[in-house]
Amino acid sequence: MDEQDLRLTVNGAGYAVRCDPATPLLDVLRHDLGLAGPRFGCGQGLCGACFVLIDGRARSSCDLPAGAAQGHAVTTVEGLAGRDGAPHPVQRAFLDEQAAQCGYCTSGMIISAVALLAADPSPGEEQVRAALEQNLCRCGAHQRIIAAVLAAARRMACGDPPGRDGRARQDRQAAP
Amino acid sequence: MTGPAGGPAASGHPAGPALPPTLAANPRLSAWVDLSAAGAVTVSTGKVEYGQGIWTALAQVAAEELEVGLDRVTVAPVRTDRSPDEGITSGSRSVEESGAALRQACAQARMALLAAAARRLGADPASLRVADGRIVGPGGPTGLTYWTLVAADPAVLDRDAGPPVPASDPRRWSVAGRSAPRRDLPAKVTGRPAFLHDLALPGMRHGRVVRPPAVNARLAGLPDAAALARAGLPPGTAVVRDGSFLGVVAEAERDAVRAAGVVRRAASWLAGPEPGLGALPPLPDCDDLAAFLRSAPAEESTVARRADQAAASRAVRTVAAEFTRPYLAHASMAPSCAIARWDGEQVTVWSHSQGPFALRGAIAAALGIAPGQVTVCHAEGAGAYGHNGADDAAFDAVLLARAAGGRPVRVLWSREDELGWAPLGPAMLARIEAGLSPEGRIVTWRQDVWSNGFIGRPGSGGHPRLLAAAHVAGGEPAPPAPDGPPTGAMGSTRNAVPGYDIPDLLVRRHRLLAMPLRTSSLRSLGAFLNVFAIESVIDELAAAAGADPVAFRLAHLSDPRAARVLREAARLAGWDARPRADGTGWGVGYARYKGLAGYCAAVAEVEAHSSVRVRRLWVAADVGKVISPDGVANQLEGGAIQSASWALKERVRFSRSAVTSVTWDDYPILRFSEVPRVQVAIMESEEPEAGAGEVAQGPVAAAIGNALADAVGVRVRDLPLTREQVARAIERG
Repeated sequence: MDEQDLRLTVNGAGYAVRCDPATPLLDVLRHDLGLAGPRFGCGQGLCGACFVLIDGRARSSCDLPAGAAQGHAVTTVEGLAGRDGAPHPVQRAFLDEQAAQCGYCTSGMIISAVALLAADPSPGEEQVRAALEQNLCRCGAHQRIIAAVLAAARRMACGDPPGRDGRARQDRQAAP
Repeated sequence: MTGPAGGPAASGHPAGPALPPTLAANPRLSAWVDLSAAGAVTVSTGKVEYGQGIWTALAQVAAEELEVGLDRVTVAPVRTDRSPDEGITSGSRSVEESGAALRQACAQARMALLAAAARRLGADPASLRVADGRIVGPGGPTGLTYWTLVAADPAVLDRDAGPPVPASDPRRWSVAGRSAPRRDLPAKVTGRPAFLHDLALPGMRHGRVVRPPAVNARLAGLPDAAALARAGLPPGTAVVRDGSFLGVVAEAERDAVRAAGVVRRAASWLAGPEPGLGALPPLPDCDDLAAFLRSAPAEESTVARRADQAAASRAVRTVAAEFTRPYLAHASMAPSCAIARWDGEQVTVWSHSQGPFALRGAIAAALGIAPGQVTVCHAEGAGAYGHNGADDAAFDAVLLARAAGGRPVRVLWSREDELGWAPLGPAMLARIEAGLSPEGRIVTWRQDVWSNGFIGRPGSGGHPRLLAAAHVAGGEPAPPAPDGPPTGAMGSTRNAVPGYDIPDLLVRRHRLLAMPLRTSSLRSLGAFLNVFAIESVIDELAAAAGADPVAFRLAHLSDPRAARVLREAARLAGWDARPRADGTGWGVGYARYKGLAGYCAAVAEVEAHSSVRVRRLWVAADVGKVISPDGVANQLEGGAIQSASWALKERVRFSRSAVTSVTWDDYPILRFSEVPRVQVAIMESEEPEAGAGEVAQGPVAAAIGNALADAVGVRVRDLPLTREQVARAIERG
């Protein structure tokens, strides 16, 4: 055990954390910073539940030493809201499309989607699938997640109108 | 699968229709409905949320029946000391059972409150109505509300449910029957604490369990504290050892992880159990499960028999084949988690178990204490698809917390332990022999199913069935899992009886009496393989009869609800005009879940070039009355995609001593690039609610199998339908 004072920038704020720099960033985010958004899924960087943005790029935080995050901007799903506290368009699109079942993978999915839309504001379905390839979902909500990301892209392209909070799905009726 | 639900209707009301069973068993209205907080409605049920959206649907039921806005309704988390016991949340019965009980409880609560209002107003109860919780009379608002009535008489709902009263007319539903946004999603989308995994209790410590390296290994030795400290054990770590149960408890989670690693490297293990104690049989050959299933000792029982010798003798063509599925893992996105705290002789456990009441009993039995000493509080985990590691983790936490001096201890499993030690869906073999008459009618059917039992939940068969109970001093592995009565609805026999019109039929179960790998419930139980097998044979019979697969099925289905879903799936998919292209194929699958619940038909379009890929799925389902159409659609889509994942990729691998597929690399599931487009249709129906969570598993796998056979010209009978299996099937011809 070799504790050091780490300086981390998370969701725009600076933090000093005393810990072994080999501690996984996820552990520091969840325990030292009290952020529940990044979830522990595998500890091996293989499932995407713990994804965060590092300088705008999505990656796993469970296998990233906290020390290696120094000097980089870390963003978790909690840090995506606008200055007015309004959820990010991708978050709103996930609600509109009811794009989850259990929701354990949702934070990571949203992080990957935000990174994609920053790099490619108008992706097609294939690009969305490719961008989410490292994010596993066990409940089978994939189709809704793809729809949410495409809807978020459309929403952001037209200046982000307010969300409908799930109403996109409320019109569904039974077939005769 | 089995729960205490059932039993007689409330005593004193012998005549008339019965109350819903779980209300009859928990008749106190105040146990279901709490109006003590002004303006708010808190309902309690015994069913737990695990991502299937049941709380949203149940809140809709309560809002509809009480005539209050949906936003007023909160569903209380299940606690064994407060909530009505509705058994286990499984079998796609939550809307049917809990929905019916809650609907009746709320209808009676509403009636009791209207009666109280009428007494206060000196009015006829029939002249009063409810508008969002306000009592309205002929002249308008009365000034009374549910909440003022409860404030005036807090005991107004402390009464047992009376004889059933009429519930709301579904044709007039305004909240139920329409899609409502899931109430748990905002927290999950914004990253707020939403799971048991996020719960931090005051003074909480962190535990990890160090599992044996093999199913039968026993702990032989562990260095002393000084040696462990020299090896890097974090200061302040407690090492807990009880027989071969080994764990650590530390202040910080990172220290617990580190300590578990130190202890794992330092511990020495011996092969085989303690002398004199029972052991699991050696694990079978992972690559020849059929040999194991055929040769293991088994108990045989008849599932269904319809003898018609005259019909059977008319068979001129026979199809005979064997189908297998491997062991399947739950592979939930979150490893199992639990928190336990001892307060003297009482222990409180926070768990994402699907059966908090059964877990309470199992923990008490395993420790030899009274069930009243155990309280289980449900908190949400990640998606659950059957009996996963949640209950085992709860018992781990109970054992580790005994050494924590009254402080709560949180246990989180590793991904490796989740994939390696949680109960598995059993491997299965189905052998079918079916005969066709000269006119192309199915006249005879023989089906034999070999499987370990599916009913291995805590307490099943009178055994706690908690993993660590087998590892503590004197502990032995649980006996082979029961499988429920061989009715065609339960266990491995689920959907083993084809739903087609067949005059001569014999279906038998062979329940294995040796259980090398712990097996239990996994979504749809035996239906996944049985429907895959039956529908494969049906396609072969259709081909032998020179008939179209959809038309052949329709000709053998006299149930109009069955025909309707089949026609709808075919219509959605454009079955009659399906394009033919090299290396692509189309297939259909149908089943009525359990033979008595929801109807589902699926069509798949499969591409088989370098790998097997499902491009599109169309799913039509009739699950009776629907509370939340989008909730049903979500379950159908998710069920279809999960079934496709099982069918195409999944297979638990193991050596002769331990499960080896313990990472996502070794146990791959369907990824975004591989996920088919799914289109669902929900049939409008006035029939009773039937549950949507599991109806798609069998028909989708069957449709994929039939589409693959259509694409490659040979039939793959062993799941999963990988490129290697296709090559093997082609070799065999």
